Amino acid sequence: MTPPADAMPADVSLARRYRRFSGARLAWIAALALALAAGFVLDVATGPSAFAFGDVVAGLLRPDVLPIDQRVILWEVRLPQAVMALLVGAALGLAGAEMQTALNNPLASPFTLGVSAAAAVGASVAIVGGLALPAFGENLAVPLGAFAGAAGATLLVQLLARRYGASVDTVVLFGIALLFCFEALLWLLQYVADSDSLQQIVFWTMGSLARAAWNKIAIVAAVLAPCCAWSLRNVWALTALRSGEDQARSFGIAVERLRLATLLRVSLSSAAALSFVGIIGFVGLVGPHIARLLVGEDHRHYLPASALAGALMLSLASTLSKTLIPGVVLPIGIITALVGVPMFMALVLGRRRRA
Amino acid sequence: MRQPVAAPGGVEGGSGAHTAAGLALHGLAAGYPGRAVIRALDLPRVPPGSLVGVLGANAAGKSTLLKAIAGLRPARGRILLDGEDLNACPPRERLRRVGYLPQALPQASSLVAYEAMLAALHASRPELGRARTQALIEAVFASLGLAGIALRPLDELSGGQRQMVGLAQVIARESRLLLLDEPTSALDLRWQLQVLQTVRTLVDRRQAICLMALHDLNLALRFCDRLVVLGPDAVLAAGLPAREVDAGLLHRAYGVQARIERCSHGYPVVLVDRAVDAAASDTDPHP
Repeated sequence: MTPPADAMPADVSLARRYRRFSGARLAWIAALALALAAGFVLDVATGPSAFAFGDVVAGLLRPDVLPIDQRVILWEVRLPQAVMALLVGAALGLAGAEMQTALNNPLASPFTLGVSAAAAVGASVAIVGGLALPAFGENLAVPLGAFAGAAGATLLVQLLARRYGASVDTVVLFGIALLFCFEALLWLLQYVADSDSLQQIVFWTMGSLARAAWNKIAIVAAVLAPCCAWSLRNVWALTALRSGEDQARSFGIAVERLRLATLLRVSLSSAAALSFVGIIGFVGLVGPHIARLLVGEDHRHYLPASALAGALMLSLASTLSKTLIPGVVLPIGIITALVGVPMFMALVLGRRRRA
Repeated sequence: MRQPVAAPGGVEGGSGAHTAAGLALHGLAAGYPGRAVIRALDLPRVPPGSLVGVLGANAAGKSTLLKAIAGLRPARGRILLDGEDLNACPPRERLRRVGYLPQALPQASSLVAYEAMLAALHASRPELGRARTQALIEAVFASLGLAGIALRPLDELSGGQRQMVGLAQVIARESRLLLLDEPTSALDLRWQLQVLQTVRTLVDRRQAICLMALHDLNLALRFCDRLVVLGPDAVLAAGLPAREVDAGLLHRAYGVQARIERCSHGYPVVLVDRAVDAAASDTDPHP
């Protein structure tokens, strides 16, 4: 062990030095927020009919300055999609960050425990069964089925973990088992589906923002808000968990209970997020990595930065999905995976090279 | 097998005399389902300001004992801290009075050392104000010489430095009872001495009580007042004054033939001559 290397003048207290240090992290969070605002406007401006950057900002601040047709496109088509991208991205980023802490594994994501596969099964049952649940002038059976599937998988993992102990290994084991089960069920459903339903299932599992609407946004936001508040209550416990499970336990933290609560919260918010947009992978895995590189793992900084990074990723992916092939909107799940994979590799390998 | 040696002056009168300050264990039993590691440990009252070394071979139950006292592993019997039974305390209250340092080092995450301290104090003692928390961290980092690494992430620190951060997390909480599970296992010679000296000073100054599992007998004999020695099958000594350790005890505890001599500075030094057959552990080690 070496003696203290960067000796500081004795009158500079640690608390002051730490404040300066965390100031840099807050600056990164602000930078992420600014980038997100820019990305959001870019996302709104992008689409089949061109919008000038200034028109978007003006139309957002004072809708009446735009001609009626532009106003409708802006407020009824572009904005709901862009806001949904933002909400879903933030939900997945936040959920991924908490999942990586709760399972003490940087490869965990909101979907590690099979939530996405279960949601796909739920949605497919609704599609194949031709279930109809008209509300808000639309069939809500598919998103409801997706949510029910995801919630069912979550409850199953919770029940099993409560019965057999919630150590990381046990929870991951149950999650993987469920993942394979639900994937098999999904194949079964695809096998028995007619070609029309099959196409719908496939599209659902690719993810799409096209059906975003304000009432759906309200539902997603209503689920996310309490989950966020709940996360905030646990920031110190989650941060303490990062210094080690035994350590956290010795501080009086009920680690198993914290883990189960975190899993429940993560599953709820990601289930709400994906029930309206389908499966959007990689955001929940990569967002937390970006946040960790920028602001470290004090969860007071790490959780908001992960949410912002997730939202930024999905906003940019949404823009890309509309511009890569002119006139075609690619499924956003394809974009996040195609862009996310090289990004993830670069982050992980870059970090390894530095170490 | 010799009966556990009672500490002179620290013998409990009877079940009514538990109001005295200090730590005492009565019939403590702990272990795993179907396998008792510690069957019945009676530790006569250890007064405040005591540093107690917990010695024993691998798997003798040192960690189990510390976890049982901390309440992190189920235990039967009574654990009296200042006359109050910790086993009857609600878990949070118990961990407020007991500072436990796990054997595992803090994990190599990207938390900086200062944040690891903040999290430890916020999670274990949320009632402290911000100023008090900062002052505690400042003082502990100064006493352990950690100020220079306060803003370095744990995953860039050496194992020894992380162990020091872990120790700082425990010391800062100002617990009445400290339970340190091999606090020097990752440290080099200088820091082993530094850590034990710091703990010794702290225990004396705060009149706290510290139980410390150690492998290094020389450190234990030099810094500890009393010893708990766990043998492979039974408790060999509980509350034995450190200066009364003899070769026979080391033979029964570790299966070695050893001498305890005085160095030219007057410190006791254990010299291990050879390992002996464990089966012969009940015979006289001196031919």
